[in-house]
This record gives sequence, structure tokens and C-alpha cells, in this order.
Amino acid sequence: MFAVLYVVFVKFFKLGADVPHFAVYLLTGLVFWNFFAEITNIGVGAIVDKGDLLRKINFPKYVVIISTAVSALVNLLLNFVVVITFAIWSGVDFSWDALYLVPLLVIELFVVAIAVSLLLSAVYVRIRDVNYIWEVFMQVFFYATPVVYPLSMVTDKWPWLAKLMLINPVAQVIQDIRHVLVTPQTVTVWNYVGGIKALVPVLIVVGLFTFAVMFFKKRAPYFAEEV
Amino acid sequence: MAKKEMPTALQVENVKKNFVLPHERVRSVKGAFTGIVRRKQRRTVEVQHALREIDFSVKEGEFFGILGRNGSGKSTLLKIIAGIYTPTKGKVSVKGKLVPFIELGVGFNPELTGRENVYLNGALLGFSRAEIDKQYKSIVEFAELEAFMDQKLKNYSSGMQVRLAFSVAIKAEADILLVDEVLAVGDADFQRKCFQYFRALKKNNKTVIFVTHDMNAVREYCDRAILINEGVITHQGDANKVANEYLRLFNPAEATKNDTKQKQNSDRWGNGTVKFTKITAKAKEDHIEVVTAMKAERDHDDIVVGFRVKNSAGKTITGANTLRGQKHYRIALKAGEKRELRWKVPNIFGNDMFTIDATIRLSDGVTFCDNWDNAAQFDVAREENTPYSIVPDVPFTEGA
Repeated sequence: MFAVLYVVFVKFFKLGADVPHFAVYLLTGLVFWNFFAEITNIGVGAIVDKGDLLRKINFPKYVVIISTAVSALVNLLLNFVVVITFAIWSGVDFSWDALYLVPLLVIELFVVAIAVSLLLSAVYVRIRDVNYIWEVFMQVFFYATPVVYPLSMVTDKWPWLAKLMLINPVAQVIQDIRHVLVTPQTVTVWNYVGGIKALVPVLIVVGLFTFAVMFFKKRAPYFAEEV
Repeated sequence: MAKKEMPTALQVENVKKNFVLPHERVRSVKGAFTGIVRRKQRRTVEVQHALREIDFSVKEGEFFGILGRNGSGKSTLLKIIAGIYTPTKGKVSVKGKLVPFIELGVGFNPELTGRENVYLNGALLGFSRAEIDKQYKSIVEFAELEAFMDQKLKNYSSGMQVRLAFSVAIKAEADILLVDEVLAVGDADFQRKCFQYFRALKKNNKTVIFVTHDMNAVREYCDRAILINEGVITHQGDANKVANEYLRLFNPAEATKNDTKQKQNSDRWGNGTVKFTKITAKAKEDHIEVVTAMKAERDHDDIVVGFRVKNSAGKTITGANTLRGQKHYRIALKAGEKRELRWKVPNIFGNDMFTIDATIRLSDGVTFCDNWDNAAQFDVAREENTPYSIVPDVPFTEGA
């Protein structure tokens, strides 16, 4: 996947020519995007797939979501080792802030993914085509998030659009990680929007998570009979 | 008994459960769109009252039975007690740790070994690794699977799987056990072992809540029971009495409105040259009075009339006919002639519901004139503490 994307976007379309270590840049984006995609894609069906179990035994339902998320976290860890190896091999110089910033950002992404999974899985119990809708949405979302192209391409032409894109917490996290891990040239919400407005993505995360937890809690008692 | 002073282990207060069954429900976004076009159709919803005002409590150390026919709401109630379903109204309060045993081996994974599955199943039932560690040996011993614990579960026979599952559930230290008709599995020996274990639990003040159709088990093991019919508790109290009420549910003599149903159950065949016109059975104090009336369509000079008595499990207990016992009793009938035989069967039966299959055949032993299965029913309900009959004056001798 990475190799194909690299050849297509870098060699054919000459993307990211102005970004140093673009290969690492691309790989970092992909790895974290995949982390988010894995949790939410599996998360949608998590409750329904475990329907058999839910009907026979009582346990806190959120465990199902957390367990899929944690398994994705393990995968991320493995992938991350590849990223680091690749980065060192490419001669990237890390900022030492990465040591505490990356874990923090991973936690943020983890929380977003769980919030989305909680919401979708609870809705999926009742409405059984949410998974297809989410699949399509994820494809759109993939291109709406600066994963395969550098955000700097957008900032040149439509600065307002770039700002809008950075509201997306997934984009914010990916850009931040690139900033500390690959190159400080990366456009982030902090250096591009700045000020109090830069907190918007984080607030979205908190808001979404609170809502998701409340919604899930309200629906959870009825999973067993509706599944 | 000192049961009264025992603290309550489980309190079910006024529990009500409705299931909403929509006739046409939008299950997808796509459906919602197509639904706009078909809006004119009314969306109808049917509310099924699975349980209404269920109210009872179980004391610590009690062996409590829940009885009811299929579809009466037993399993729903059990699921509510286990916390799987949320009651529409009312409250369930549980004191101590409750282990539901609604289906065997929840979460068993065929790819894992027996040992791993014990821990997995234990975790699902809410036990920590340390708790299972403590019990592991006795679990395996109880299941009699010492030699197989490191094999994958998929290589187990189904009986072995069931034994393992059952052992985990009952050996794990729970205060309240919910058991739903799972004892029917396992061989007779294992079943006996389970019941023995339940008895032992009683001594340790563990509570067992037991759902079953096996009235003998209820009579033998349960202290108290409730009978649920169509979502309401119709009887509760002494297990013996409730078990009798349960059997009465099936007794057409009590429920005459079920006449048509009885006809469906009964099964008649034969060449029809002599036909039963009436068969009744009535339990008296010391005997069962069976009346078989018949009418001949053709002349016969030697027919044999007989019947079998089956218990509620369908097992034949005893029988009688005009051929054996007394000397051959010859029955000759002219066409159109009627005859009525009155039988006095000594009441050797224990508490149960019995059905009678009656037969008329020719003395050649192969030609059946009328065979009427489930022709009549009677039920034996002894009020004393012994739900079985006592043979009087059994001779015995003394010896050293």
C-alpha cells in the first residue's frame, strides 16, 4: 500500500517535492490514518458481531469497543517501529519533544477513534447499513485529511480551506506528529491557525467523546434485545 | 425450618417487561428513503407483554425453582435477573455475586485448549485469574477431564465440552447460581453429580435458581418455586404444590377449554372394526379407575382390550390387558354391540401426570382394530411430603 501510494503520488504526480523526507512523511501519515481507520471500521460492527455473547451474559458493553481499539493500538506500535526505522534510515532529525508529544497525540487519536466507534456501533445495532455508509465516508475522509499529500499544497491556493481541514482532529494529530517527528516545516493547527482557535480540534474531541459515552450508555441496556 | 431468618439474596420487585415488535421497522438508512415513498402504509407496532408484575424474593441458601410452559416468560425473567435485559418497569436487586448459566460455555473458543477455555469462560462469568487459579484443579476434577486439558476444544466430544462448561460455572465461587434447563445434557451419572453438588452448595448458603421442565428434579431439590403462565406468577410457594400446578396446566380435565388441543395430541389408527367410544381415567385414593367403552362394527369372537400408562416424560410405567393377568378373558361382540370395561389399577404412582394409550386388537396379535394414543389422562398429586407411593408392609428381617 505504502509502496504503491509512494510511487503514484511522489514519482508520478511529483507531490511533496518541497517537503524534506517526503517518504517518511507519507508513511507516518498512513500509519496513523490506518490506526484510526482500523478502530472505527471494526468498531462499527463490534457490538453486533458479539451479539451472541451479549444475549447470554451481562458485562460492560464498552469492553467490546475497547478491546478492538487496544488490538489496533498494538498494531500501531508494531507499525511505529517500522516508521522509526525508516526515519532513522532516511536521516530525519527528531525533535526531543517527540518523546512526550507523540504519546499524547496517539492518546488523542485513540480517544477520537473510540468516540466514533462507540457512536457508530450503538447506531449500527438498530440501523444495519451504517457500516456501508461509514466505509464510503472513510474514503471521502481519507482525501479530506492530508494523508497522501502535504497540506502546504492547500495553504498555497485556498488558505481558508486548509484552516477548515485542520479542524478535523485526525488531520490535526497527523500533522502534529509529522511536525515533531519528520520535519518542523509541517503545517499544523498551532503554527497555521494559532491562538485560542487552535484549540478547536481538541475541544471537538472532548465534546465528541462526552456525547458518544452518554449516547452509548443510554443505549447499552437494550443491545441484548435489539441485536 | 430456619429459612425465615435467612437474609434475602434476590429480590424481584414488580418487574414488567414489554417487547416492542414493529411490524415494519426501518432497519437501514436506505429503508428510510424508500420508506418516504411508501409512507401511506401505517406503521403498526405490537407490544408484547412478556412479563407483568413479577414479584418474588429468594432467600440465601434457597433452592428456588421457576416453572412455566414454553413461552411463558421464564427465560426472559432469567435474563432480567442476570442483567442481560433491562426491565421496562420494576427492579431487581441481587446480593452477592451472581453467575448466570443460561447457555453452556459462553465464549468457548474451539481453537483454544481446554485449560485456556476455562480461564476465558471464567473471565466472562466475571472471575479474575487468581480466583480461577484457586479453583482450577477442582474444576477439572469435577469435569473428569484431567487428561484432556491441553487439547484443543475442537477435539472434545460435545459431552466433554458441556461437562467442562458446567464445571466452570458451578465451581467458580458464586453466591447465586442461575441455571436454565442445562442439566438435560450430560449422562445420568454427571447429572446426579451436579445435583449432589447443588445440595452441598445449600449447606454453604449458596443460592440456586433453577429453571426446568423436569418436575421430578423440582420436587426433589427445590425448596420453593414459582409458576409463571403468560407473564404472570400464577402460583408460588412449596415446590411440590407448584409442581402439581404445573402439571395441571397440561391436564385437559382441568382445562376443558383445551379440548381441541387434546384431540390433536391424541392419535388413533386401526382397521376400525371395533372402536373405542369413551376412555376415561380418574385417580382415586388407592386406585386409578380406567373406563374403556367400545362398540363393534362387525362380529368378533375374540378381541383383546388393553392399555398402557405413560408418565409425563412419555415413558411407559405399567399396563394391563384382558389377555394376561387373570386367565384369558374372552370378549365376543356382535356388530353394533357395546361393551364397557372398568379397570381398577392400584395407585402405585408417584406425583406426576400420566396418559393412557388404549388398544383393541384381535387375539392373533397383529390385527389392530383401534389404537388410541393419549386417549385419557390423570394426574397423581399426593399432598403429603412423600411425592411417591409407599409400599405398605414390606417384609423385612433383622440380622446382625
